[in-house]
Amino acid sequence: MELILEGIIKAFKLLFTFDPGVYGITLLSLEVSGAATFISVLIGLSAGMVVALNNFPGKRFVISVVNTGMGLPPVVVGLFVMIFLWRNGPFGFLGILYTPAAIIIAQAVIATPIVMGITIAAVQHLPAKLRLQILSLGATRLQMVWFLIREARLPLLAAVMAGFGGVISEVGASIMVGGNIKGYSRVLTTATVMESGMGNFDVAIALGIILLLLCFLVNYLLTVIQQRERPR
Amino acid sequence: MSSGTKVIEVEDLRVIRGMVEVLDIPSFFLGDNEIISLIGPNGSGKSTLLLILNCLLKPINGRVIFRGREIDSNQSAFDYRRRTAMVFQEPLLFDTTVFNNVAAGLKIRGMSQLEIKTKVIACLERFNIVHLAGRSARKLSGGEAQRTSLARAVAIDPEVLFLDEPFAALDPPTRQSITDDLEKIIHQTGIAAVIVTHDESEALRLSDRIMVMNSGKIIQTGNPAEVMNHPVNQFVANFVGMESIIPGTVRNNKDGAVTVTVPGGWIEAVGERLPGEEVFCGIRPENVVIDIHDPMKSINAGNVFSAKIAAITSIGPFLKVAMDCGFSLVSYVSRGSFAKLKLAVGEDVLASFKATAVHLISRKN
Repeated sequence: MELILEGIIKAFKLLFTFDPGVYGITLLSLEVSGAATFISVLIGLSAGMVVALNNFPGKRFVISVVNTGMGLPPVVVGLFVMIFLWRNGPFGFLGILYTPAAIIIAQAVIATPIVMGITIAAVQHLPAKLRLQILSLGATRLQMVWFLIREARLPLLAAVMAGFGGVISEVGASIMVGGNIKGYSRVLTTATVMESGMGNFDVAIALGIILLLLCFLVNYLLTVIQQRERPR
Repeated sequence: MSSGTKVIEVEDLRVIRGMVEVLDIPSFFLGDNEIISLIGPNGSGKSTLLLILNCLLKPINGRVIFRGREIDSNQSAFDYRRRTAMVFQEPLLFDTTVFNNVAAGLKIRGMSQLEIKTKVIACLERFNIVHLAGRSARKLSGGEAQRTSLARAVAIDPEVLFLDEPFAALDPPTRQSITDDLEKIIHQTGIAAVIVTHDESEALRLSDRIMVMNSGKIIQTGNPAEVMNHPVNQFVANFVGMESIIPGTVRNNKDGAVTVTVPGGWIEAVGERLPGEEVFCGIRPENVVIDIHDPMKSINAGNVFSAKIAAITSIGPFLKVAMDCGFSLVSYVSRGSFAKLKLAVGEDVLASFKATAVHLISRKN
């Protein structure tokens, strides 16, 4: 109990003294996971809309694969991204293993199926005739997609939240492809693992609280956006 | 009423789903300012035809021509859809305010905020929903939602309006009041319209022409009186509410006064039929009068039959009385008359109808 209390006190000290180490890690976490979420939204939303709005042979199989991907174990993603970016791997020439870019790639791979899966479910949940209704109002195909995104905005923003939540909190892939290099590729989760491994529970708790706060703030922001346009 | 110009023409239309032909329409046209009602049972192809007419579904074969120009590309279909509008049975409103819903088509067309506001307010007033402008579409009643949907369609000033059973899910009073508003607006604006409906009274009231469809084909086309009173076959007769369809054979024809032999007697009718011709005698239930046996009372009708009441069913303000006179005969009786005549199942009555109320339908069709 004393350990937890000390940890919390230490956490607030680190927070309110604006410890540059902690803030550096926090900022990097936000940047890396933000970029990964952004990429996953670009790919997941577009691909999800394509799958949801078109009928093609093997559609159910594709959706099953995407749904399976929603639960991808980060260490498996880390392993494959590592192999691909390894010196002798297919993308070894990029030389980005053990850099924040490698973490962004791995996290984007984790978040994309989450965003895509929820997008497919959200769009398929809309009434089938809604598309025809939008087109009959004179919409172009692009305008129709925009209207559908607006109609499914609540679950789609939930997809963004789920994607961000999935990557900001993962540690396996980040540590494998980022290497947890101090001041360079160390993020909140990898730092927490390291500090607790070294017995520095107070710092680990501080980092944990910051991680939770960060998650809450981002999700709060997204929830405000999500609920803003709902008419009363 | 149509002024003679064809707004939409359709030629050799065919739609096949799987191995089943769901639509086969050699020709169809919609005139300027004309209102056509498509009626028919579920699965008869009415809604499919409507989707094709609005270029939301591509037929396997056939041409859709709008004001003399064939719609043969995605671009021409898009341009065409900008000049038409469609309302479905479900209101399919967007999750925003009523105002924004009605404005949707105008925003799609890139109109200015001022133009949008003016048009939307005018449209909301037309449909008596201006007080709902700021309300969420999710909080509307069924009638309010369908009014919003109609307002959204009319707001874009379409040249043609397609309505796919827009009132089917509404209660009768709401249905009545929305139909009133729609009728007024259609006649004020001169929009041509194609309405899919199951309700024959709606079809009678709104349309210049009625088309009866079955199994993907147009079985009969004509003005409402023609279709209602002169159905071409038993199917149409059934569909337009001729509850009594009695098979018989023409016995003789004296200057248009036809006698038809039916099970248990004969029926006097009016028409041009040859002796020996096999026909159906179609009689609308509202034309059949029921009376109690009274030797002192004379009945001024060509056809009077002794009948036994077989069943009584309530249908809103009327009671549907099914009788057995050697053949089956149905009559609608008001609740007042029903009480006055003290009708009951198993009771003997007199059923009568005029010779002019009998519609002779050839059994060959």
